[in-house]
Amino acid sequence: MDTPFIVETLKLLLAGVPLTLKLAFYSIAAGAVFAVLLALMRLSRNRALDYAARSYVFVFRGTPLLVQIFLIYYGLGQFPEIRQSFLWPFLREPYWCALLALTLNTAAYSSEIIRGGILSVPFGQIEAARACGMSRSLIFRRIIVPQGLIVALPAYGNEIILMTRSTALASVITLMEVTGIASKIISETFRAVEVFVCAGAIYLLLNFAISRAIALLERRLAPQRRGAKPGTGVPEPAR
Amino acid sequence: MADYVELMGFGPKGWGLLMAQAALMTILVSATAFALGSVLGAVVAWARIEGNRAVRVAADTYTTVLRGIPDLLVIYLLYFGGSQALTSAAHLFGASGFVGVNSFAAGAIAVGVISGAYQGEIFRGAFHAIARGELEAARSVGMPRLLLFRRIIAPQALRFAIPGLGNVWQLALKESALISVVGLTELLRQAQVGAGSTRQPFEFFITAAALYLLLSTFSGMAFQRAEALAMRGVRRT
Repeated sequence: MDTPFIVETLKLLLAGVPLTLKLAFYSIAAGAVFAVLLALMRLSRNRALDYAARSYVFVFRGTPLLVQIFLIYYGLGQFPEIRQSFLWPFLREPYWCALLALTLNTAAYSSEIIRGGILSVPFGQIEAARACGMSRSLIFRRIIVPQGLIVALPAYGNEIILMTRSTALASVITLMEVTGIASKIISETFRAVEVFVCAGAIYLLLNFAISRAIALLERRLAPQRRGAKPGTGVPEPAR
Repeated sequence: MADYVELMGFGPKGWGLLMAQAALMTILVSATAFALGSVLGAVVAWARIEGNRAVRVAADTYTTVLRGIPDLLVIYLLYFGGSQALTSAAHLFGASGFVGVNSFAAGAIAVGVISGAYQGEIFRGAFHAIARGELEAARSVGMPRLLLFRRIIAPQALRFAIPGLGNVWQLALKESALISVVGLTELLRQAQVGAGSTRQPFEFFITAAALYLLLSTFSGMAFQRAEALAMRGVRRT
């Protein structure tokens, strides 16, 4: 083992961690807002809204994330209307394109998780809240959110980890996050195994930290469930 | 619209045939990866159910690592790591220069190894869904282990595994797009080539997206049919 090379590689790779985290954090945060909207659309009585959200989820879950990234980064710039609009300063930057693609993608997956959480609240409780004269927004805030959140959290934790893993695809459109730096070092030195071990260790560490944080949150939110094994779900279909 | 039809059609200037061939390559590489993943998944499931401590820890590590590391890194490792090994082996025999591994093989193995980590979990879950009494009954009539596996475990576990396997197949199908980065001419790579030479990236990538959607929808329907067929003898209430 060539220790100096590994230390040097780790140093270079760690410089990419902030970008990886930034991509993951912003896309998950924006995606969550969008996902709640989509879940509410799916659950609304308005058929048009339901179908719109349904097709959105179908398209974004049925195509590879990399295709979505390329479509936004290379595809949108083809139209003069977009190149002349106020959006162009953003859409010509690989950073914003990656962020947009990741956000739209995670929103589709998360909306199904959130919908499952909302549906898991027993209808009797909603009926009871209505009988007490609670308004719709109050029911949502006091009855649905606290209980649905607990149900959705393990699956949502998986989604967060998968998103952190998916930020690697941003490297394909020139962003220098951890995987981007790793592929650069590999193509310069051709020492794939060492670089892979270093980059892999960084990702595993990140994921470990995230899963610990989720487990902690789960304990805080659901004290009655303590002792149950967290995160024992079926693997989520990824992008 | 007429322009689009000509661009993606099968005429002399159309890219239709190339795109269709590339879609076939996507199916081929995904199916190879999925099959490899099934073998690995079965081994992992066996290791986690029956193995001794060391084997269990190894299987556990494999699952955790492959599910936590970006797929792109695994593809890079197999392609560049494989080429690195191959090149130094070739140099031993007096060759010079760079020897690259086949991108189909590297990609299929990479996606297969990832798929195996997921399939292991699915097979393990399916095994645990088999009623314990059936295994005990088989043992008590003196079935040897192999017969027990073939007659009692495999048919039932496979049946329970179908929905999960459907998910993992979709995953392999979508992950196969990443193999384009090491130069295999599958659907996404072909779209990139077309986009580059015609300067119409939107048309090509939207077509690729539509073809992926088509593939995932039809294979999803196939898995649903398979599930209905396999479950026809199971009472559900």
